[in-house]
Amino acid sequence: MSTTLAPDLAPQADVARQLGPDWLLPVREAALAEFSRIGWPTTRNEDWHYTNPSAIAEGKFVLAAPDERATGERRTPTGTAAHGVTVAHLAPYTFGQDWPLMVFVNGRFAPMLSRLGALQAGVRVTPLAEAMREDRDFLEARLGTVARFDEHAFTALNTAFMTEGAVIHVAKNVEVAEPLHLVFIADEQAEGTISHPRVIIAAEPNAKVTVIESWGAVGTPRHVSNVVTEVDVASGATVTHLKMQRESAAAFHVGTVQVNQAKDSHFVQFTFQSGAQLMRSNIYTHLNGPGCGSTLNGLVLADGTQHLDTQTRIEHVAPRCYSRELYKGVLDGEGHGVFNGKVYVHPEAQQTDGKQENHTILLSDRAQIDTKPQLEIFADDVKCTHGATVGRLDQAAEFYMKSRGISAEHARRLLVYAFAADVLETIENEVVRTGLEALVLERFAGVVV
Amino acid sequence: MLKIDNLTASVGGTQILNGISLTVNAGEVHAIMGPNGSGKSTLAQVLAGHPAYEVTGGTVTFQGADLLDMDPEVRAQHGVFLAFQYPIEIPGVTNAYFLRAAYNEIRKAKGLDEVDPMDFLDLMSDRLKLVEMDEAMLQRSVNAGFSGGEKKRNEILQMAVLDPTLAILDETDSGLDIDALRIVAHGVNALKKPTNATIVVTHYQRLLNHIVPDHVHVLAAGRIIKSGGKELALELEARGYDWVLEEAGLATGAHA
Repeated sequence: MSTTLAPDLAPQADVARQLGPDWLLPVREAALAEFSRIGWPTTRNEDWHYTNPSAIAEGKFVLAAPDERATGERRTPTGTAAHGVTVAHLAPYTFGQDWPLMVFVNGRFAPMLSRLGALQAGVRVTPLAEAMREDRDFLEARLGTVARFDEHAFTALNTAFMTEGAVIHVAKNVEVAEPLHLVFIADEQAEGTISHPRVIIAAEPNAKVTVIESWGAVGTPRHVSNVVTEVDVASGATVTHLKMQRESAAAFHVGTVQVNQAKDSHFVQFTFQSGAQLMRSNIYTHLNGPGCGSTLNGLVLADGTQHLDTQTRIEHVAPRCYSRELYKGVLDGEGHGVFNGKVYVHPEAQQTDGKQENHTILLSDRAQIDTKPQLEIFADDVKCTHGATVGRLDQAAEFYMKSRGISAEHARRLLVYAFAADVLETIENEVVRTGLEALVLERFAGVVV
Repeated sequence: MLKIDNLTASVGGTQILNGISLTVNAGEVHAIMGPNGSGKSTLAQVLAGHPAYEVTGGTVTFQGADLLDMDPEVRAQHGVFLAFQYPIEIPGVTNAYFLRAAYNEIRKAKGLDEVDPMDFLDLMSDRLKLVEMDEAMLQRSVNAGFSGGEKKRNEILQMAVLDPTLAILDETDSGLDIDALRIVAHGVNALKKPTNATIVVTHYQRLLNHIVPDHVHVLAAGRIIKSGGKELALELEARGYDWVLEEAGLATGAHA
């Protein structure tokens, strides 16, 4: 029995071969070959034990808005570039800020909604399609060098089919003052489609930049977002990556963030996951240079029948590096959370300092969490800790609040908020932090325990 | 104001209160004293509506309404306040937010407008002075990392802000040094009005030097075995509890 290839990938493989540009064709071919070799993940694969992606594999999703050149016909009615999505639809995602903004609607760059006018010197933010046409040298040296497609099926798929996305390049010693914001919106026209956005972030030595990815929806389209974000953090540079995934309750989201870090660099990430019926987040960092470190934090909010899976893998390759992980989850209804935190400490990675925590509260009897720390340590001078807890709302605190006149519903909402508070506090950007705090307070407004 | 009639209650199937009757009128301070395990704290928790305690009999009428029929938050909205023996820590929720949320919910229940954060801060400033607390503590998480004395002062601060009709102080003196005790007692006395009442639950007499009761009740084995004026507290301080227990025909266990 084999589920290696969905029957409709074959014709789509031909689509991939026609996507262009020509210089990328060998990469696409290689990615297709790797995908054929790896196949769709199944729950027999250890990394996919708790998450079954067959709904994606068997969902007959068609490539989102393929370029006309590829097929000679449109598979989806795409309409105008923005497909009727307006600035008003973006408001829930933009924090009321006028930061540099790149908007994608149903997987395609929407220049009319974007705002890239006044970037500071040393910062380049380019749509991937444009970069493919006009910046081959830069892309050829970067694309796929961080995000390996020989291990992960969804990364291979993305590599074969990517046409849209963002390329962010920050020059040496440049500190980018404002966050760069990428917003990916899907509306009804995304129904039945799969998109493969690629985001490339390259920070040269001692550069400093914050990139925000926001994923949202207008309406409740059933579609797949398969995004790969590859981040190259050069020596002494700091990249902060904030990802807010609030896609449609009918959506599937597979997000892979792969990071290479050089000496003395920092990668700081926060993932806020509250959308999608099935979400898989892969966060892979390689600590390649001495003295660098990753801080990976996140908050997962699930209810209904949502299935939200967070996988992290931190490779301590070089000595004297640190890694910090704090993931929290609040699961209600029949929400199912998965956390698998891998930390590999290579033999040369002496004086590694690693800390991993995963804490979950279950608001209902039917909610479920599978949490699995996985530390593999091959060096002897290492400090690595991990901890996981699963609990319910603190009933003593709930009674204390009620005894002060606070309603049961308000008390529970406050306790959820309080549970999430410490991980939200790790977000340095105050606007984002405050925005997410408000989302947490709203999310469980009607919670009944 | 408060009429407790033959109240019985149990926790985890064990009966703790064995028929308590007590009437508290507006303007009065009642002290409830008794040895450890006599049911003092249970009585306080039952009046506040703690879900772990099951009322098995009797009635409690508060301002003409059936108190036992109300959820804890409704009791608070009607003016009942319990100062906890062990105040709960709530990391992640600031004192300011907590107090304002409680204050506004009580106002809402009374049909009054909610108060915005700025006006609320103004209102807080003299309440803070009453318990000699710094404004900075408003931005700290509720009771998290507070010393024992700070927690108890925070209870009295909440009482000062929420302005209850009936305040029940459960062992508020336990774990307090003499300065904190003075501050807490000063706060309670300053909040005393002809229209409200206070029940002071305590093991020791020393708090009653500062908060002078009108009535003193001795609780033992889940019922009130003796009542008197403030001089009863002094007598208990001088002679201990054994003689009252013996009078009531209860084994003291002290000499066993």
